[in-house]
Amino acid sequence: MASYSTSEFKSGLKLMLDGDPCSIIENEFVKPGKGQAFNRVKLRNLKTGKVIERTFKSGDSLEGADVLDVTMQYIYSDGEFWHFMDPNTFDQKPAGADAVGDAKQWLKEEDMCEVTLYNGEPLSVSPPNFVELEITQTDPGLKGDTAGTGGKPATLSTGAVVRVPLFVQEGEVIKVDTRTGEYVGRIKN
Amino acid sequence: MSDASWRPTAAHDALKARADLLRTVRAFFDGRGVLEVSTPLLAAHAVSDEHIDAIEVPGHGWLQTSPEYHMKRLLAAGSGPIYQIARAFRHGEAGARHNPEFTLLEWYRPGFDLNALVEECLALLTPLCGAGAERHRFRELFATVTGLDPLTAPARELAARAERAGAPAGLNGPQAVDYLMAVEVEAALDPALLTVVEDFPGWAAALAQTTEDRDGAPVARRFEIYHRGLELANGYQELLDADEQARRFERDNEKRRASGKPPMTADPYLLAALRAGLPPCSGVALGLERLQMAVSGAGRIEQVWAFPSERA
Repeated sequence: MASYSTSEFKSGLKLMLDGDPCSIIENEFVKPGKGQAFNRVKLRNLKTGKVIERTFKSGDSLEGADVLDVTMQYIYSDGEFWHFMDPNTFDQKPAGADAVGDAKQWLKEEDMCEVTLYNGEPLSVSPPNFVELEITQTDPGLKGDTAGTGGKPATLSTGAVVRVPLFVQEGEVIKVDTRTGEYVGRIKN
Repeated sequence: MSDASWRPTAAHDALKARADLLRTVRAFFDGRGVLEVSTPLLAAHAVSDEHIDAIEVPGHGWLQTSPEYHMKRLLAAGSGPIYQIARAFRHGEAGARHNPEFTLLEWYRPGFDLNALVEECLALLTPLCGAGAERHRFRELFATVTGLDPLTAPARELAARAERAGAPAGLNGPQAVDYLMAVEVEAALDPALLTVVEDFPGWAAALAQTTEDRDGAPVARRFEIYHRGLELANGYQELLDADEQARRFERDNEKRRASGKPPMTADPYLLAALRAGLPPCSGVALGLERLQMAVSGAGRIEQVWAFPSERA
């Protein structure tokens, strides 16, 4: 893997730091007068999600991380692994619970996800921004109700629980924003 | 490339403010009988400074990191007082306050000592910034903020102090002082004032004369001016001694080699000009974008510079 000098640092660059792959969030160049320059860098550890701040002497370099974001199709879970397939190569990758994380409550078979690969193995999974899922359980609500009364909880086919308006019924398919976990609307069949 | 990246990053008002600033600067020097000059941006030689890297243009030489060497050749040839509004280029300097290409207002005053030049800088800056000024010696200011004497504290104490402030491990003494200066001392200055810092440590003399301070410690006849958390200007009582200049080139190159940088050929034209005789003078370089940022309160250089390097 290539190494990157501080002059090549920019947000989004993936680097190895303390043995973990990290992504640069912010890179601030600090130079006093004619003196030694420094780069104050904010990075996200891609394994733990933690944000780290580190200062480097300008001119220092870090090894690049073999990290790649690819769009893959979620195909199934065997209970231990969630399996994803590259739609071009049909190459399949199993992702463990750590990599899937909170995304698992939104994964519906055949949906396309962003999978971050580290040394070729799934490191993290981002679900689509919007998913359409069936409600498997919710209390019956009042028919004529419109959104705005606070709604009620509904359990979706993936196990996720979201708040829905009272008029939404069991068996209906709804659209959810996975970034906020909020109900967006009903999908009419 | 995003769809909007052809657009300038600076608002139209900022472009107008820049044009006004250039007019004000020219009127200031015109009124004082200082001659505007133009010197090459592309030349066979570039600075040897350990911490400044020039951009090479293969087959042609180097983009200049400041117009200093050529302007000193004009002074040695008897130009009298001169100023220049020059583009300058520095490799790897990009961030909120830096763009690899920027504008220096640089001027030289034969017969001025450092104090006279500080006074002239303040005469230009005080009305532009609408701010009063205060003056500090580097050593005392640094000690007040950090608790350590930058000239006499052991390197390991300075490095440990810098590390506590977030610096990487393994800095030498001057590097630790640089770090603390940028991160703690500059941040502690009153943003509403123009702050002049004088008597820099001897190792930071660059092209300035050196002398001894009240306690006999070697200091550079160099000053910097800060305003609103920005370093605006860097001035020297200029080194006149060609042999000392040649030694500093050599020392710079030793440091460059030690930090894995290619050495730079000493500029023979500058050395010859110093041998022919540079008149006693003081000179200062002022970052024009920084000045505009300070005056307008802009937090990022691209607010005053239409096309930063990512869009240029």
